[in-house]
Amino acid sequence: MKTIVSELLALFVDDAGLAVAIVVWLGVAWLLFHLVPAWSPVILFAGLAVILLESVFRTRRTP
Amino acid sequence: MTVTWAHAGPSMLAAFLASLVEFIEALTVVLAVGAIRGWRGAIGGSGAALLLLLAIVVAVGPALTRIPLDMVQLGLGTLLLLFGMRWLRKSILRAAGVIALHDEDAAYARESAALRGLGGIGAGWDRIAVATSFKITMMEGTEVVFIVIAVGAAGNGLLVPAGLGALAALLVVVGLGIALHRPVAMIPENVLKFAVGVLLSAFGTFWVGEGMGMAWPGADWSLLALVAGFLLTALAATLLCRRVR
Repeated sequence: MKTIVSELLALFVDDAGLAVAIVVWLGVAWLLFHLVPAWSPVILFAGLAVILLESVFRTRRTP
Repeated sequence: MTVTWAHAGPSMLAAFLASLVEFIEALTVVLAVGAIRGWRGAIGGSGAALLLLLAIVVAVGPALTRIPLDMVQLGLGTLLLLFGMRWLRKSILRAAGVIALHDEDAAYARESAALRGLGGIGAGWDRIAVATSFKITMMEGTEVVFIVIAVGAAGNGLLVPAGLGALAALLVVVGLGIALHRPVAMIPENVLKFAVGVLLSAFGTFWVGEGMGMAWPGADWSLLALVAGFLLTALAATLLCRRVR
């Protein structure tokens, strides 16, 4: 059972920092959606793009 | 929301490409099992896993339609983002030379050596062959099932195109396995993973936005803009990583 759970978790989490940042950003984007609904799609994508870049460059520094 | 080609096309393509990568990885191990321990156990183990996976899709897919669509989109979109951005990050790092590329020939050699060291083969079903083939097909197949459900169930009527994409990938890989009898190493796996990472990240973002109630500019067509956005971001990251090294 432990193996199945860890295998399932590994499907979604490789770099823990990346996974946490995505989930936190989705929460922030949800709050911002209520403040600036018209810009929320752009804000959602831009944040995710920055999170991806940060994770890649962080790993490149310490692979 | 009705099914348009802006959704059905990318969902079928994403499911096909992602499933192709997963089935190729499974094929490498199944071929090693067949060559070393016998084809009966290899095919039997994989066949049993495929039947179990099909039962999971049939059970889980329609069950999700009973949950409110915005909740499904938010939940599956989040999981799709975690899954897709993990793939995209890894394929960027591989393309930039930060981490090693996956090598199917090396994986085949490793698996074959491990299987040779597991003792003789008795009469009847070889348990090791059945268990090894079952395990790898379940592991890789679970990822395929998740992708089909996540890409398909978050939009009304998209489960069929996503399922057809995965089925087409299965047929292609089985056909290649029968024709070649060796690992499919000539397909540029990292390019496929890069493309799949882009598509799944775009789908995840779109579903999360839909789940939150966002009004996407251009409606369904903004999915293509998200694909372009993630593609440009990933290409820029790869180039910058290469340049700085």
